[in-house]
Amino acid sequence: MSIQVGLRGKAWFEALTGKNSPMAGDPDSVLTADVKIGEDTARFLCVVPNPQARFPCARRGEVGLEEAYTLAARVNEVIEQNTSGDKQPISARPIIAIVDVKSQAYGRREETAAIFLACATAAEAYASARMKGHPVITLVVGQAISGGFLTHGYQANRILAFDDSDVVIHAMHKEAAARITLRTVAELDRLGHEIAPLSYDVRDYAKLGLLHKLLHVEDPDKPAQATVTQVQKELIDAIADARAGSTDLGNRLTSKAARETRKASVAARAHIEEQWMKA
Amino acid sequence: MSYATVIPEFVLRQSFIELDARSRAQTLMDPGSWRELVGPFDRIESPWLPEQGIAPQFDDGCVVLKGAIAGKATVVIALEGGFQAGSMGEVSGAKMAAALDLATRDSQNGKKTVAVLLLETGGVRLQEANLGLNAIAEVMASILALRQHAPVITVIAGTVGCFGGMALAAGLSSYIVMTPEARLGLNGPEVIEQESGIEEFDSSDRALIWAINGGEQRVAMGVADELVLDDAQKIAAIVRSHVEAGLPAVHRSQQVDLYRERIRALDTSRQIDPLTLRETWGGKTTVSKTRKGVTR
Repeated sequence: MSIQVGLRGKAWFEALTGKNSPMAGDPDSVLTADVKIGEDTARFLCVVPNPQARFPCARRGEVGLEEAYTLAARVNEVIEQNTSGDKQPISARPIIAIVDVKSQAYGRREETAAIFLACATAAEAYASARMKGHPVITLVVGQAISGGFLTHGYQANRILAFDDSDVVIHAMHKEAAARITLRTVAELDRLGHEIAPLSYDVRDYAKLGLLHKLLHVEDPDKPAQATVTQVQKELIDAIADARAGSTDLGNRLTSKAARETRKASVAARAHIEEQWMKA
Repeated sequence: MSYATVIPEFVLRQSFIELDARSRAQTLMDPGSWRELVGPFDRIESPWLPEQGIAPQFDDGCVVLKGAIAGKATVVIALEGGFQAGSMGEVSGAKMAAALDLATRDSQNGKKTVAVLLLETGGVRLQEANLGLNAIAEVMASILALRQHAPVITVIAGTVGCFGGMALAAGLSSYIVMTPEARLGLNGPEVIEQESGIEEFDSSDRALIWAINGGEQRVAMGVADELVLDDAQKIAAIVRSHVEAGLPAVHRSQQVDLYRERIRALDTSRQIDPLTLRETWGGKTTVSKTRKGVTR
């Protein structure tokens, strides 16, 4: 694992928002900014490494207790702004999760203080925003792994990812997955080439039908102005697409790639529905 | 009390933990009310396991029963801890999400339908990796959609417990029922030891594991609702009472400000004594309308 996890996320947060600091009262590991994109003022959120974090197991870009509750609070704030007050109802604001998280925090303090609940609150905030009509867009610029991704990003209507060898979307990082499944890393790599859901390559991930789009960008470590403009345009398109679509995760089953790779999901769901109607 | 009056209840009780997923689900439902959907005879199994030389199972370790509890329309979805440690694969996840979505649709159409989840799971099935992780994200989305209409009740009996991404699914539930044998946590002890070292977590220390993840602790610190002994009839009675109670006024996973403050107040310079959380957190977050504590 590279020590650089989270730094690319930070670079892209800065490039897209022009800001690089947390909101008042938040830990240094969660960056939040409200920035104009197209006709909207979107809320951008990103988890970044904080070497001084209070929790020792959450200093390298992991999603820990403070990160999860901060994300939950900052996302809920957008929903509340939209539903409170007597102002004219405004179009539900987009929420954009910039994702570069190596994992959830693996610590005893975290387990003792029920990190499962913390992560649930953030996932709930993102999902609630989506269900209430906020376009929730995830931009995977680096790693999106395991509970870190479930907490921050996986409840989005639309997921975009850079087509880049340093982008990894997975259930568990390679070394740990190899140990737990009693395989070598080489075996895991070989299996990944044959079996799409096991692969650590984002192009194989794209075959699962869960991504809205794979973005081809120049030098994602150093966002140049032209690249930033390109990504902004993609975000604007994804926002429009989310607004035009449903507020559930149905597009992950109906996309062209999903109809091919997720045949078993489609079949299982169809059988359940058919028998449900008769039961 | 004589042996004759003390021992019989203990001896005669039907253990819930010793039942497989199908029997557990059947035990909870009104007799004669249920039908299993997409059972083993339908042979909807994992397409990914055989490619890796692993025997699949005809129900993919997920049992769906549609019927009634306390006369109310209910779907019980049970994960089989004996198959791949109850791990979430593409098919088991799709079955669970589909059943939750249909309960939501029925609820929207006026037939309120409760869901009961029996979670014995280590989380993502790593042999299906990314489709397992996404399946959990979809299950979470489906729980949240149903929760707008009817309660989602999670039962964690043991002995696998509920870990990984499925612990987030449990965290989104309206109510969590646990036995003292059950455990609930995001990262299992072995994973923490592997990632952060044995000084952080000694996964051979069973007392430590249960002090942190065990049902008694989770209920006492207020992040689960009911502690119940391993007795099928008692667990069924507790589930029934929550089906009848309906939705809580506010879900625990919506209490962000409360928990954020609690995390702020923790002394993180050393490990946190689980017992102190029983005092500082316990009893204040309870959202259930039913009585707290062990049901004997």
